[in-house]
Amino acid sequence: MTNSETGLKERQFKIVGTRPLRPDGIDKVTGRARFGADMAAPGMLVGKILRSPHAHARIRSIDATKALVLPGVKAVVTHEDFAEVGADLQDVLENVMAQDKALYDGHAVAAVAAISAGVARKALRLIEVDYEILPHVTDVEAAMAAEAPVLHDDIVTSGVEPAPKTPSNVVHRHEFGHGDVAEGLAQADVVIEHDFKTAATHQGYIEPHACVGSVGPDGQGELWCCTQGHFWVRNTCAALLGMDVSHLRVTASEIGGGFGGKTTVFIDPVALALSRKAGRPVKIVMSREEVFRASGPTSSTAMTVKIGVRRDGRITAGEAVLKFQGGAFAGSPVDLGAMTAFACYDLEHVKTVAYDVVTNRPKQAAYRAPGAPMAAFAVESVIDELASKIGMDPIELRLKNAVENGSQSSYGPKFGPVGLVETLVAAREHEHYTAPLGANQGRGIASGFWFNFGGQTCVSLNINADGSVALAVGTPDIGGSRASMGQMAAEELGIGYDKVRTIVADTASLGYNDISEGSRVTFSTGLATIQAARDAIGKLCGRAAQTWGISPDAVVWEDGYARPAGANAGEFPPLSLAEIAETAAKTGGPIAGHCEVNAAGAGVSFATHLVDAEVDPETGRAKILRYTVVQDAGKAIHPSYVEGQYQGGAVQGVGWALNEEYIYGEDGRLQNPSFLDYRIPVASDLPMIDTVIVEVPNPGHPYGVRGVGETSIVPPLAAIANAVSAAAGVRLTELPMSPPRVLRGIDEAAANGKA
Amino acid sequence: MTAIAVAATINGEATSFLCEAEETLLDALRDRLGLTGAKEGCGTGDCGACSVVLDGRLVCSCLVLGAEAEGREVETIEGMALGDHLHPLQQKFLDHAALQCGVCTPGFLVAAKALLDQNPSPTEEEVRFGLAGNLCRCTGYDKIVRAVMDAAESMRDGR
Ligand code: FES
Ligand code: FES
Repeated sequence: MTNSETGLKERQFKIVGTRPLRPDGIDKVTGRARFGADMAAPGMLVGKILRSPHAHARIRSIDATKALVLPGVKAVVTHEDFAEVGADLQDVLENVMAQDKALYDGHAVAAVAAISAGVARKALRLIEVDYEILPHVTDVEAAMAAEAPVLHDDIVTSGVEPAPKTPSNVVHRHEFGHGDVAEGLAQADVVIEHDFKTAATHQGYIEPHACVGSVGPDGQGELWCCTQGHFWVRNTCAALLGMDVSHLRVTASEIGGGFGGKTTVFIDPVALALSRKAGRPVKIVMSREEVFRASGPTSSTAMTVKIGVRRDGRITAGEAVLKFQGGAFAGSPVDLGAMTAFACYDLEHVKTVAYDVVTNRPKQAAYRAPGAPMAAFAVESVIDELASKIGMDPIELRLKNAVENGSQSSYGPKFGPVGLVETLVAAREHEHYTAPLGANQGRGIASGFWFNFGGQTCVSLNINADGSVALAVGTPDIGGSRASMGQMAAEELGIGYDKVRTIVADTASLGYNDISEGSRVTFSTGLATIQAARDAIGKLCGRAAQTWGISPDAVVWEDGYARPAGANAGEFPPLSLAEIAETAAKTGGPIAGHCEVNAAGAGVSFATHLVDAEVDPETGRAKILRYTVVQDAGKAIHPSYVEGQYQGGAVQGVGWALNEEYIYGEDGRLQNPSFLDYRIPVASDLPMIDTVIVEVPNPGHPYGVRGVGETSIVPPLAAIANAVSAAAGVRLTELPMSPPRVLRGIDEAAANGKA
Repeated sequence: MTAIAVAATINGEATSFLCEAEETLLDALRDRLGLTGAKEGCGTGDCGACSVVLDGRLVCSCLVLGAEAEGREVETIEGMALGDHLHPLQQKFLDHAALQCGVCTPGFLVAAKALLDQNPSPTEEEVRFGLAGNLCRCTGYDKIVRAVMDAAESMRDGR
């Protein structure tokens, strides 16, 4: 049977949709799994990085003479030890090692390799850096002001008329949308406009960045590191060091969380540069303080949203102005915020304006659906308030405007089959939605959208002589993807899940693979795995045909067996995969399937979250009482890991909404670079996180898969803000909703006679 | 700097190692003894990834000096399974998919075992507060709490 909307064949799966144990599971519960910092190499040195204590300073000189004569010090590197790179990598290089200016507190300025951590630390203190301290700016709106200290002389705002002639911290202004917002607003019965702010948060992976780099006297390099994308790391490190790409082999360790924050390089090129100079392998492991000061985080933002609605619930226009600072270099995710802001709604008139701003903060790194959670926070807060103003149920209001198959998206293309309506209906029907609430409690709901991504992917599937299968993929497994890949391969080949072993291969063993990001792995590596399995099946059928002396076209593959296609093909007993594999040496040699693809057709996804919160009116503390995630997965390959993505995204959202915040002092230094002062949610802060998996198949994937990793963090900021605002009796427009902020909101509302 | 010789019982085996005076037990386990199951997530006692049991007490090994292990018993994640037999907590973590990246998992397992040794029948709230010293950024804790509750039940039922 074929699904009329998606064109996908409806198929009875045997292994897909079940919950087998993951292949790396035993290693991970016994402590055997090797993460970034768990590697050692013979003769290894310890690398440490000297970081700027200043938010903004010109580097007049760096003198390492005293460090270099300290016994046990084997090498010191500065920016001079890296190659010249093209414009595309200039910012990456400058972020890895400062050149003429230190641009934020924590910016790397030099590094040493020594025989022990103690010696390396001592050596760092002996490196003399002559700084000329410059005025700094860390706030997004302050950085946009005319009198703000300018970070880069070569940034002149693009996208504004008339074109400015002087440098500024505003990198660009971009506009998205269609229709005429003024005309739309004129048709509205109610128009609400609010300003919003969100603090910068860190991805907060528990494993700090770690690597072991080694460059031999022949110029051949090896790198072991925790990364979401070892192929990209290879290409980038090779460029930064001036090496041929083929002279560097990168192996991805087990990775202890990334969430986007491990999609770039910080320490890897430094370890390689130190190793090249010292002639020995060099290991660098970031401390947690370094992780906070110099990796991640996401943007802090200032946003204004204006939406108009008719009394019948139809939204007539939406407009948003988004200002994101992305740290010391261009490239905040503000455009993605602007594109996703209104993506849930089918609007005739919509406009979003995006300003990308630089400040004296660490260069932002991707964080799960980059840019979208903040934009959704602002838009979904206003939608919530509009619903209550016109006296309409907030799900009803969303359903009246929700995008469907064929809707024009606010950012450009038309949607195919999408599952927003299904998530809204499932949320409305969920028992949670009508459960009673107590005093000082409120319920919030919000929806969210993420594009999802496909990209370059390459896998190899080797059929071994004993009938077992080795599947080599090139996308680091950040949350159980090896299990899903094994399931898809087994499903397609018609063999048992335990017959497939999936590994993440190094960069010399496969063609290029894009980074594990954009919720792309289960979609694109899954698609490539299925194609590689089909490629192998073609070869298996060919071998059977050869054995039987019939045409390959006359052989079909069913449930793990080659069979003659029909009565005309002849009468032969079916041959199993294992039987064909056993005789492969005699029928033409090894059998393997391959797939190299630039996967298009990643299906977008939507989620709707429900949350109950309680606010203590004395202290302003908000507590999450109940949480339900409803999200479209297209097709859940391994439902447990899909649920895990839903739950993890929701809880990162809880931290972002309630606690987490980069706090800068007047001096431009980060005040809270530790897990004590930057508090992420712990088990006792939370209830169970209920999940509902909606499946509206994606026609771009053979099984209907949509990415699931990122959409789950898009609605929570808004859903929680709506719940806390309802509980506190006042609209809260600034994140995090920490107790002092909630209390201030309650007090201000009381002063205005609202509460 | 002279190294200190330390003799301790680690996972039931008499073990000796050299370490420097300021070296943490975590570093000694990882760098001197190759026991890399305990992880450093913070080095300041805030994440629990380095959890081990020292003379029957759950500690953050990043806050203990290697030299302090002298004459004492240390239990790490590497000693939790009996041969091929996973501890019920380990098995339940797998069954419940209570790990995504798995870097927090050794710390959670060691801490959960210490919790169940003290309180074999914890409520959900007791599990949540008992494990509040362990950070997990991937799972949202739901499946971890379920796995611990389920393991406690199966241990009470005699596996
Ligand atoms: S490393 Fe010891 S508590 Fe975090
Ligand atoms: S599973 Fe990744 S931190 Fe817990």
